[in-house]
Amino acid sequence: MIQLDNVSKTYHARSGPVHVLRGVNLHVEKGDKVGIVGRNGAGKSTLIRLIGDIEDPTSGTITRTMRISWPLAFTGAFQGTLTGIDNVRFICRIYEKTFEEVIDFVQDFSQLGRFLKEPVKIYSSGMRARLAFAISLMIDFDCYLIDEVVAVGDARFLQKCQDELFERRKDRALIIVSHDIHYLRAHCERACVLADGQLHEFHDLDDALLFHQEQMAA
Amino acid sequence: MSRSVSNGGLRRSVQIQVRVLSALTLREILTRYGRHNIGFLWLFVEPMLFTLGVTTLWTLTGLHRITNLPITAFALTGYSTVLLWRNMPSRCVGAIQPNSALMYHRNVRVMDIFLSRVALEAIGASMSFVVLSIIFVSLGWMNPPEEPLKIVQAWLLTAWFGAALAILLGAWSERSEIVEKLWHPAAYLLFPLSGAAYLVDALPKDAQNAALWLPMVNGTEMVRDGYFGSSFVAHYSVAYFFTCNMGLTLLALALERAVSRDFIPE
Repeated sequence: MIQLDNVSKTYHARSGPVHVLRGVNLHVEKGDKVGIVGRNGAGKSTLIRLIGDIEDPTSGTITRTMRISWPLAFTGAFQGTLTGIDNVRFICRIYEKTFEEVIDFVQDFSQLGRFLKEPVKIYSSGMRARLAFAISLMIDFDCYLIDEVVAVGDARFLQKCQDELFERRKDRALIIVSHDIHYLRAHCERACVLADGQLHEFHDLDDALLFHQEQMAA
Repeated sequence: MSRSVSNGGLRRSVQIQVRVLSALTLREILTRYGRHNIGFLWLFVEPMLFTLGVTTLWTLTGLHRITNLPITAFALTGYSTVLLWRNMPSRCVGAIQPNSALMYHRNVRVMDIFLSRVALEAIGASMSFVVLSIIFVSLGWMNPPEEPLKIVQAWLLTAWFGAALAILLGAWSERSEIVEKLWHPAAYLLFPLSGAAYLVDALPKDAQNAALWLPMVNGTEMVRDGYFGSSFVAHYSVAYFFTCNMGLTLLALALERAVSRDFIPE
């Protein structure tokens, strides 16, 4: 379960305070598939970072009883001078996994072959994304955060990501931030619209998307 | 600090904390020293080379002036103690920004970055000190320490001082870039003042009192007292050093907490 109660987030910019979220409530249960839409700068990524405990809210409380992933396929935490293998080992240590139980999956999924033993800094962005995806999927989470659809790699790799995430992990919760209406329609049961710091919740996906489109047109 | 994923209580939190710190420390060792040539041995070979060089220099130049002091022990204790407290802040100042992406893993916190670096420096400086002591004593260049327990106490107090200073400056440097700019000259200037290159007893009376206001001078004097206390008059106050450390620690924890609460990973 994830429960947000009256969560607000204010950033202090040079030009003064920016109130990104003002009293947001959200409840996500195991297996829920929730889409979050909103125009650019509405605070979607901020919301994801608060849910993922990457930042603390300015006020309000967030209760988590599920294991929540970092934003999926996030590549920033790689240490460039370390090899792919070393980065895998590091994540294993942090998340209490043994290297032996994950390495076959990482090798098979990332298809990086001998490059796993090379420093990550020589990887192409596609290779990085493949490693990042493999690392995200090698740890068991109850809820996966997806900040924007990850459109990297070729069609075959994308298909593999879809299979792993939406087929093999059907029972997990998903929180998806996206501008891609088709993607949300395909994978979400309900959606919330973020506008003016408020989260508008709709039980019907179509109502949410309609509201979002009205917002965009306004 | 790390937070427990589930409500497993303190034991679970400690487990997670230890796991995260060891993971970060190993990552830091690999990043800094890699697997080339002697790899992680550089962790203490590097401070050893420094200390060895300074000891040699001081032995060559200092013999004529200071007659009855064990110059090798003087140099070893002085320089090792400086390395202990000075390298920790150097590693923590500006440490957060380049590692900010690590905060995407919810068990990794700002404090963990500081603690892993502090631990690494403490291990490096301590190993260098112990290994060189064993080598010098077995070569007959200096006598074994007179009061090892006193050295351990002084060493722990100095490490505590370094750690508190490191966390304070590390957190502060996240708030203001000036800290990083000023730390380098300060570290350089504090070296001659820190007691590494002089004995407090050799100073004029007024200067003695002034010197002892610097917390780390007390540490250096105490290490030397434990090493070769019978050949000079040591001046230090454990109570004063302890109080300074407490004050620094409180400031460091308060600032770290504020900085970590406002921290926004890129």
